[in-house]
Amino acid sequence: MDAVAIVGVGMTQIKRERKADGYPDLVYEASRAALDDAGMSIDQVDNVITVSNDFFDGRTISSMAIQDACGSYDKNVSTVEGDGTFGAFYGLMRILSGSYGTTLVCAHHKGSESQMPLITNAMFDPIYARFLGIDAVTSSALQARAYMEKYGVTEEQCAMVSVKNHGNALKNPVAQLPLELTVEEVMSSPYISDPIKLLDCCPISDGASAVILASGDRAEKITEKAVWVKGVAHCSSAYHLGDRNLYCVCALNEAAKKAYSMAGISEPAQDIDLVELYDAFTYMEPLWLEGLGFCERGEGGNLTASGKTATGGELPVNASGGCLSGNPVLVAGLNRIIECALQVRGDAGEHQVPGVKTALAHGINGPCGQAHCVWILGGEK
Amino acid sequence: MSEEKKDLITLESGEMAQPFRWTAGAYGSKFLTELRDNKKFVGVKCPKCGKVYVPPRRVCGPCYVELTELVPVSGEGEVVTYTVVSFGFVDPATGTQKPVPYGYAAIMLDGSDTVLLHFIDETDPEKITIGARVKAVFEEERTGSLLDIKHFELIRG
Repeated sequence: MDAVAIVGVGMTQIKRERKADGYPDLVYEASRAALDDAGMSIDQVDNVITVSNDFFDGRTISSMAIQDACGSYDKNVSTVEGDGTFGAFYGLMRILSGSYGTTLVCAHHKGSESQMPLITNAMFDPIYARFLGIDAVTSSALQARAYMEKYGVTEEQCAMVSVKNHGNALKNPVAQLPLELTVEEVMSSPYISDPIKLLDCCPISDGASAVILASGDRAEKITEKAVWVKGVAHCSSAYHLGDRNLYCVCALNEAAKKAYSMAGISEPAQDIDLVELYDAFTYMEPLWLEGLGFCERGEGGNLTASGKTATGGELPVNASGGCLSGNPVLVAGLNRIIECALQVRGDAGEHQVPGVKTALAHGINGPCGQAHCVWILGGEK
Repeated sequence: MSEEKKDLITLESGEMAQPFRWTAGAYGSKFLTELRDNKKFVGVKCPKCGKVYVPPRRVCGPCYVELTELVPVSGEGEVVTYTVVSFGFVDPATGTQKPVPYGYAAIMLDGSDTVLLHFIDETDPEKITIGARVKAVFEEERTGSLLDIKHFELIRG
């Protein structure tokens, strides 16, 4: 793959409700921040990819309502309806096509403006599944149960993820839910959908973010702090939950394998210094770590319990606080990329992990991680 | 901008609705009419890999071949995974909230290779196990929907 770099990043503060800001306001805030971070003007942006979901916005072709805010006026703009990691993938491909030297990718979400269970219920089949009241939480409960029973991962181990990530958020100024928790507090929080408890869940959030990608030669002219895309891949599995073994992570295995191969990574646990992954629910962190090949199948819970995934550990995971500490849907994956870029640059502030040379960002799309997108970022071209 | 709440305006969408009329398709209709008229389950078998899909659909995703052979499957099967829901959900189709707690499960019917999601008649997670045997209990009045199955009942002892 030709060299492509991240040259600018911007995130809004994530909050339960950004009442003073409509979603175009959030998009402007994030896009402006990314341009300022890159030291670019909007004229230097060759094309724009927006990331949004019409159900969440309550408006069809939701992307077209943010044209002013994302600076796509008189430019080629296209949209990805899915996680921001997938939007960034499309933005990257547009550069690789040779037609564009730079892409601005922006994502927005206002969870405060709609009813999350109704909207996530609507991702399921209207004839065969919606009547259950199935939504993001309860479908994940089915997956959590299948995974925990298959491999003996415990609710306590999942609670440790909540304690760790909410604790990490204490040092992240954009995080929505910095919390000092104990395993006991997580364990005694009420069940939402067994085995998932309140403190196993990400919150409902408002936020936006933006990333500017550039081709190798453009990137070197724009900034000295370019973060290079070393490998990237995505892979999807079956839509119907009933067609999948919910504890299986085959699509993630496949995406990770391709991304590692591109990046020349043979031993992920040794070659990768930091991971930001999509922890919408606590059990997802150990499950995705297994799928990414950081440990054997079924060892994700023990990996968490060992302390290796803590900020001071051998493999810091979600040093930002992750999605558990703020989950503007769609934006959340793009934030994983941004957090990795900041860590590689050494610009992550109080939650900076020393010496991050190679970082992995991960996003999911569809119920229970139907599709996965894996990015490997590094400081060297 | 300030966050002074009294000066910030929000507008409600009110009772706005977006009604849809989804077709169940030819295979879906066969599946639902069999439930309605005969209290029977039907799946479809892949000619290439032999996998039986319930509910039946047109294409086997992994093989990417068209499916034509409808096959009967049992109304009994086993629990693959489950949850007990403690947080109420207002069904947008009916406007009613199912009383909590309620249980639902992914059920592999005998003769099927995919699982069906449905309610189970147990709300104590301690009393449900993966691998538990269950059977379909039908409503008296059936209309041609998955709700013609009242729930799946644990085959106890």
